[in-house]
Amino acid sequence: MALELDGIPTIPVSTHVFARLAAATAKAAGLPTTRNCFVPQPLVGRTPSELRAYVEGMDPVHKRPFMQGVIEGLTQPLDDEDLKDASFERDSPRYLEPDTDDNLRKLFIQENWTDFLPIMLPTEERVEAMLKGTSHAADKFVGYMRPTSFREAWGFDVEKVAINAVMAGANPEYLPVILAACATGISARSSSTTSWASISFVNGPIRKEIGMNDGIGAMGPYNHANATIGRAYCLVSQNCQGGSVPGDTYMGSVGNNYNYTACFAEAEERSPWSPFHVDQGFRPTDSVISIFFGGWYTHSGFGPRETWQEKFVRMLTAADHFSSPLIVMDPIVANEFVKLGYTKESLIQWCADNAKMKARNYGDDQWVTTLVKPHAEAGVEPMASRLRAAPDEEISIFAPNDIKIIVMGGETQGAFKMISGRYTGRGPNSPGATRGGGRGGADMGPPGLIDVWR
Amino acid sequence: MAEKIKVLDPRGYPPKVVGKRLANRPETLDGKVVYLIDCLFDNSDVFMEQLRDWFAQHIPGAITKMIKPRESWVDDPEMRARVVEDGDVAIIGVGL
Repeated sequence: MALELDGIPTIPVSTHVFARLAAATAKAAGLPTTRNCFVPQPLVGRTPSELRAYVEGMDPVHKRPFMQGVIEGLTQPLDDEDLKDASFERDSPRYLEPDTDDNLRKLFIQENWTDFLPIMLPTEERVEAMLKGTSHAADKFVGYMRPTSFREAWGFDVEKVAINAVMAGANPEYLPVILAACATGISARSSSTTSWASISFVNGPIRKEIGMNDGIGAMGPYNHANATIGRAYCLVSQNCQGGSVPGDTYMGSVGNNYNYTACFAEAEERSPWSPFHVDQGFRPTDSVISIFFGGWYTHSGFGPRETWQEKFVRMLTAADHFSSPLIVMDPIVANEFVKLGYTKESLIQWCADNAKMKARNYGDDQWVTTLVKPHAEAGVEPMASRLRAAPDEEISIFAPNDIKIIVMGGETQGAFKMISGRYTGRGPNSPGATRGGGRGGADMGPPGLIDVWR
Repeated sequence: MAEKIKVLDPRGYPPKVVGKRLANRPETLDGKVVYLIDCLFDNSDVFMEQLRDWFAQHIPGAITKMIKPRESWVDDPEMRARVVEDGDVAIIGVGL
């Protein structure tokens, strides 16, 4: 669309499943008559002759020959509809029309404002009570969120976060954690076709203050704070970014069950290693929520047994290499690694050194082709070296900084998981970061710092 | 009759949409430079090659040029500047 504004008539071509999304994006960009053209889904895996048939075939959305739409779209003069002012404002009322409990519940479902599990209706009294969980004013601006980088960003304040926290069933004392997660601006409802999720981990004193579970069943439905904080973050994401509606603002093909709720706590007191947030440069006394963007895969293992190295290599190389692993391990596992002589850092280094695959296999990946290759071609390391490697050469697929470890679990089993999750934070240890310099909407310190939202 | 209750709206604040105008269209593509922008999604390059062949066969007077942004999903001002500098129209795909 930027090209149209630069004076270049442009035809965006998409596959037909994106028709609604294309129309909504064009409308929000102020160009509702954008001359989109469509070919059938899928493109991936189609041969040149099959794609030639797409070019010569019908546009499945507009029911006309595809090339007719392209040529007419590029050469037909602008008409009255194109010249009409496409500016508009959308109302965002503070209150909904009063109605009965039953009708309001139906409305929330009908409008896609829930995750289809029962909610608490956000009455004035409940929202007021929730707001007591923070010292900040209800109208303090918190941040912006969007379903994906090319969509419009919607804004939200403390009250909007509190409303969704009520709906999720959260307690007021959880609100600072929810605010800190939302203030990162990272959506827990990405619209990507690949079905991302945002998985968060809490460190610092607040875990104990609000009674989060880092023991038995830490990743399961066994704790009110874990369950409702994660759910509230997900509901804020869908409602404050302009929606998460399949075919419109959500395109994840398979979907992701981490999108219901995914907020956990590290077992700092039972870990032999430093807490995750301290590794990122926060103080041990800081309370912090760290967000990992991923959720594509979850591998499970037990041990470490005699052949743990082979097991780790199998798990690491089975990980989708565009989404690096977060290793979550029970304290039993972490302590066994200590007995084997590993620190957290040396275990991460071992993983990075040994997670290798043939360059041919690394390159035969949709996301390497789409997202990594352009950086490699521009000479950015280590991508450039990976691209230069001979097809049979074994190459490292993760840098040490890609891999993170968090310790939690109830010590009923030496269990560990490798979960797709790229750390999104920028703690004080990140280059250029300062304790006072935040990002996103509100200037509230490093992303994820909870204490500033108390 | 059940009591009516008042609840708050959970939605965020949408930005104001400012209407913009599409670019003026040329009457014909003959003699014009048509930029085919491969947006880097899997197999988009193959699709664009087929599009280029189609133009060569059906509108031989159009001059097609292939170009790629530096990465998907991210605006590439340098690429846009090149298209603006010596292009007349563009087709971008396949994806969003």
